[in-house]
Amino acid sequence: MAPHDLRRPFKRPAISDQQRRRELSLLRQTHHRRDAQLQARCLASSVLSLQSRSSEPVSDVGVELVPKSESLPEQESGALTKDLDVRQASRLKGAEARKLMLPEWMIDVPDRLSHDWYVFARPAGKRCIVVSSNGTTVSRLRNGSILHHFPSALPCGARTRDVSGSAQSYCILDCIFHESDQTYYVIDMVCWRGYSLYDCTAEFRFFWLNSKLEETGACGPPSHYHKFRFSPVSIYSCDQSGLLASYTGAVPYVKDGLLFYNKHAHYQTGNTPLALVWKDENCSQYVIDTDSKGQVLSQQQVVLELRDDGKLSTSDDPVVIFGCLDGEVIQMSGLRSGDLLKFDISVGGLTLVDGKLEKADLHYLGKVNRARIFADSYSKVMFQHMVRHTPLKFEDLLASISLSDDQENKPCDSEMVG
Amino acid sequence: MAAEVTQILLNAQAVDGTVRKQAEESLKQYQEQNLSSFLLSLAGELANDEKPVESRKLAGLILKNALDAKEQHRKFELVQRWLSLDSAVKAQIKSCILKTLTSHAHDARSTASQVIAKLAGIELPHKQWPELIGALLSNIHQLPAHTKQATLETLGYICEEVSSDVVEQDHVNKILTAVVQGMNSSESNNDVRLAATRALYNALGFAQANFSNDMERDYIMRVVCEATLCPEVKIRQAAFECLVAISSTYYEKLAPYIQDIFNITAKAVKEDEEPVALQAIEFWSSICDEEIDILEEYGGDFTGDSDIPCFYFIKQALPVLVPMLLETLLKQEEDQDQDEGAWNIAMAGGTCLGLVARTVGDDIVPLVMPFVEENITKPEWRQREAATYAFGSILEGPSPDKLVPLVNIALNFMLTALMNDPNNHVKDTTAWTLGRMFEFLHGSTVETPIINQANCQQIINVLLQSMKDVPNVAEKACGALYFLAQGYEDMEPTPSPLTPFFQEIVQALLTVSHREDAGESRLRTAAYETLNEVVRCSTDETAPMVMQLVPLIMMELHQTLEAQKLTSDEREKQNEIQGLLCGCLQVIIQKLGSSEQIRYAFMQYADQMMGLFLRVFAIRSATAHEEAMLAIGALAYATGPDFVKYMSEFYKYLEMGLQNFEDYQVCAITVGVVGDICRALEAKILPYCDGIMTQLLKDLSSNQLHRSVKPPIFSCFGDIALAIGEHFEKYLMYAMPMLQSAAELSVHTSGVDDDMTEYTNSLRNGILEAYSGIFQGFKGSPKTQLLMPYAPHVLQFLDSLYMEKDMDEMVSKTAIGVLGDLADTLGGNAGPLIQQSVSSKDFLNECLSSDDHMIKESAEWAKLAITKAISF
Repeated sequence: MAPHDLRRPFKRPAISDQQRRRELSLLRQTHHRRDAQLQARCLASSVLSLQSRSSEPVSDVGVELVPKSESLPEQESGALTKDLDVRQASRLKGAEARKLMLPEWMIDVPDRLSHDWYVFARPAGKRCIVVSSNGTTVSRLRNGSILHHFPSALPCGARTRDVSGSAQSYCILDCIFHESDQTYYVIDMVCWRGYSLYDCTAEFRFFWLNSKLEETGACGPPSHYHKFRFSPVSIYSCDQSGLLASYTGAVPYVKDGLLFYNKHAHYQTGNTPLALVWKDENCSQYVIDTDSKGQVLSQQQVVLELRDDGKLSTSDDPVVIFGCLDGEVIQMSGLRSGDLLKFDISVGGLTLVDGKLEKADLHYLGKVNRARIFADSYSKVMFQHMVRHTPLKFEDLLASISLSDDQENKPCDSEMVG
Repeated sequence: MAAEVTQILLNAQAVDGTVRKQAEESLKQYQEQNLSSFLLSLAGELANDEKPVESRKLAGLILKNALDAKEQHRKFELVQRWLSLDSAVKAQIKSCILKTLTSHAHDARSTASQVIAKLAGIELPHKQWPELIGALLSNIHQLPAHTKQATLETLGYICEEVSSDVVEQDHVNKILTAVVQGMNSSESNNDVRLAATRALYNALGFAQANFSNDMERDYIMRVVCEATLCPEVKIRQAAFECLVAISSTYYEKLAPYIQDIFNITAKAVKEDEEPVALQAIEFWSSICDEEIDILEEYGGDFTGDSDIPCFYFIKQALPVLVPMLLETLLKQEEDQDQDEGAWNIAMAGGTCLGLVARTVGDDIVPLVMPFVEENITKPEWRQREAATYAFGSILEGPSPDKLVPLVNIALNFMLTALMNDPNNHVKDTTAWTLGRMFEFLHGSTVETPIINQANCQQIINVLLQSMKDVPNVAEKACGALYFLAQGYEDMEPTPSPLTPFFQEIVQALLTVSHREDAGESRLRTAAYETLNEVVRCSTDETAPMVMQLVPLIMMELHQTLEAQKLTSDEREKQNEIQGLLCGCLQVIIQKLGSSEQIRYAFMQYADQMMGLFLRVFAIRSATAHEEAMLAIGALAYATGPDFVKYMSEFYKYLEMGLQNFEDYQVCAITVGVVGDICRALEAKILPYCDGIMTQLLKDLSSNQLHRSVKPPIFSCFGDIALAIGEHFEKYLMYAMPMLQSAAELSVHTSGVDDDMTEYTNSLRNGILEAYSGIFQGFKGSPKTQLLMPYAPHVLQFLDSLYMEKDMDEMVSKTAIGVLGDLADTLGGNAGPLIQQSVSSKDFLNECLSSDDHMIKESAEWAKLAITKAISF
């Protein structure tokens, strides 16, 4: 029978430093394992998709231009050190973070609009990407300049005592900042708590947006740790009632047209035909392009990019060529490849053959404002052109829906003409 | 041979080495040639009253060692060997040994008792030897005293050996009846009474049912209490040991007896012999342990119905208990601070006082302070020391509100005493008390700081001065400095108040480590531990000074490695120093390696450090290996992919570490370092993976390796898979079946006891981390489909874990993450499988609404991944 040992530690700390070293090492290993695991979960899939995308020439132009234009506003923001963190974060997580999915303009009505598409009223305001990370939130415009640098109730969006969420956590939202009620309307969710939603369908992204945004308190009124209110927008399935609701329904913001999103499309940066914008005078103040004083231009203007070979292209991928600048003109005006140039569409207008651009009567006006970083897209030029000549009306949209409904309802035996 | 056994057994104990060796050799041969006959002749020898007691005793001992071993795998082999023996042989052996209990030779009886217990330990769980208890207890009343004593002793050993669930309640009742009767004051033979009392100590764990019965419990308690008053000191001591065991096993049943027990213990503490008094104090320490645990659980989130309620025995006994304990403090021994093994009534009383303070908090302060104030300035050192010890004891437990005003007054007094008191013992306790002040009342969590700009310098001066005192005082001063530094960790206003003294402190600690007498009172260890803590708590502005330490410590390590022709004592000391130096470098690497500003400059030392660590592996010291290995792990993290240049040289030591079953700590740490290296090297670890995986798989299949190493090995599979991605393919066919069978085992083996549940959960966590790493490692690879066949099992495992409902938070978090990883990697192909699993519905939903944000976060990830997978 072993005698019961009575001795207890006397004048000694409960654990030895050696044990402490062991435990601290184990703790360090556990943390690093968790970080590695998180990194694998958050990044691997989006990194793959980012790599494939960044090879596209159009995107490259965008990326290269961003740092030039962002240096100035950042210093003005007066919080350089904090901003460094966010910048590091967003670099780490892909420069792509600053790039947005850009809807094409609706120049014809897609098939199966009522089945495969969502619709919602676009808030008027500045389109921006909002990144919350490391205890602060930054919104950037399309050209990369900072709109606001602020604390928010988004995950990791403010330095608060609440430490829910790891340091790796961050969010990227696609928003429109609506000036009059100082609200960020969230129109899409790109990353949430570090998890990428790039490769998720719009259907899932909108579901996630609606269920997650509310939880954070980001939709609450502004406070010390939450400078701007965030708000989701009402998104409808694009059937007749959804289309009508988004067109005529009351919203707390000024509308600027309707946005259509294909339910199955992933979040794809740059121009995409799987998201579309459509406007008319009833739902937007900005249907036809205006000059800086708000006057409708007498003639349609386009912005095109000058290429190496003197050709003038849109921002699409692949590009659409609208014409060519004479080498002499280029030299005289001191133009370089990559410059964005503004043109009038003169009396000759656009010549279309089978719905495709054949010829454009362009008249060179000059270089565009430096803040501008993209040429116009083909669909924008065409939409502006149509608005001035044969606009796509709301009735046309409605009609296409009832038409497709009709087609669905047709008895199938009528097709059996074999 | 059988006839010669006696002589061989006697020769085996001979003084002459050659004779002894020869005898041992023949015993070994005999055992190997014919085990049954060997064991039979041993049993016969033990039972034979005509043989000399020396040979009988050794025969019993060899028999016992043929049935049991310390190492788990050896023990298992011996058990199997016994069970497979011919049953007639076994019966004959057992009958010989039972017969020995009637022998007049005490040593033969006692040895037989132990052999019977070992046999019972093997046979009872297999439902064999059912007649044993009955045979022992039949006509116990008619037995002669010496046989009765042996029988009771045997019952005690049996209770110690077997678990309570293999003895049926009827037998338990009979055992307890016999034991308690043997303890009774009516038993006139002291040997019988002592054997019975000691047997009760072991049988208490069997007495759950009897302690729930008021009459039976009353009877047992009365007999135990009476035995504490027996004239024979050994019986009193054994009876108090029973009380201590009862205090922890049956705390909730003690209320009716606590007053009587207090009286008995108070009397014993006051006037009984020391071994008895120590047990009496231990009773109250043990009650404190119980109540601290219960109150801690009250403070936690658990309010389950099954919890034992707190009876606040300590709080109620406080007014009498505290004076009793304070009295003991004055009974110090002259040299107790120099003697590592010392344990006396003053030490036990002081320790108990500290536990009482933790149990009752503020209430103890007014009871102790008058004693402190009265004695602390007395000319007799015992009084000053007791007063200081009393004050130091109550610094943990009471609230800072209560203590800070007292400490503010006492601090200055203590600093003066540490410098000027003529008695080493008083200085030792004073330095310890200062350490306790800093440990519990100094730091970012305490609102009103006891250390400010005004006294900080003085405190440091005194401690540094005191570090030049005799070793035991210097050791306590190092300890105080340890907690002083710790308190400034995470404290907001940088620069740290220690910054101005940093250089001086480091210098003083290094000087201490070089003292001639640094080997006494573990002074050297204390100096390095404090240096480590000072480094850990240092801030950016002292990083350059920490950096200056690197070449210094490296130089010392280098010198120890150069030392030649050492005596074994010197070598032992050298190895200890090497371990300490590696530990110190490890702390520095962890500190400087994680600082972005200084990491780059620090890395200039990486080559040299690595060179030294590799040389440490050439010496023979498990502790030094362990420390060097940990340091290398930290270095791998700090160097990142560049670590690859060390791999060719380091690899063999890594492999050696993974093969070190004996010092399983080294093995466990090496497994962790493999993980570090995976994360540092990522794909570059590939060339070494064949070797590492082979070794890890061997480790897993070994039954010699301590089980605690297995969960980290599974986690390590995950680390490797994450690092090498689809190249893990070739290990799938080995790793996956092991994971599967471990997974199946881990679902069902839980719930036996707390230790087992904890182990099972750590095993599950390891398995899940392996799955997680493997799935994530393959993500995006064209070989993803190789994992498809394993998906059903993984999902099934998750489902069963969910059904078992006994996962801890960690396992829940990892498990739900694995669900996400599986969906993320396998995508749409696994969609239907995932949708069929319970985990993807109920488990996921439970985790999504968890309060634990880590679980919730993992669940959100899983949901996202599943939704993606299903929508494809």
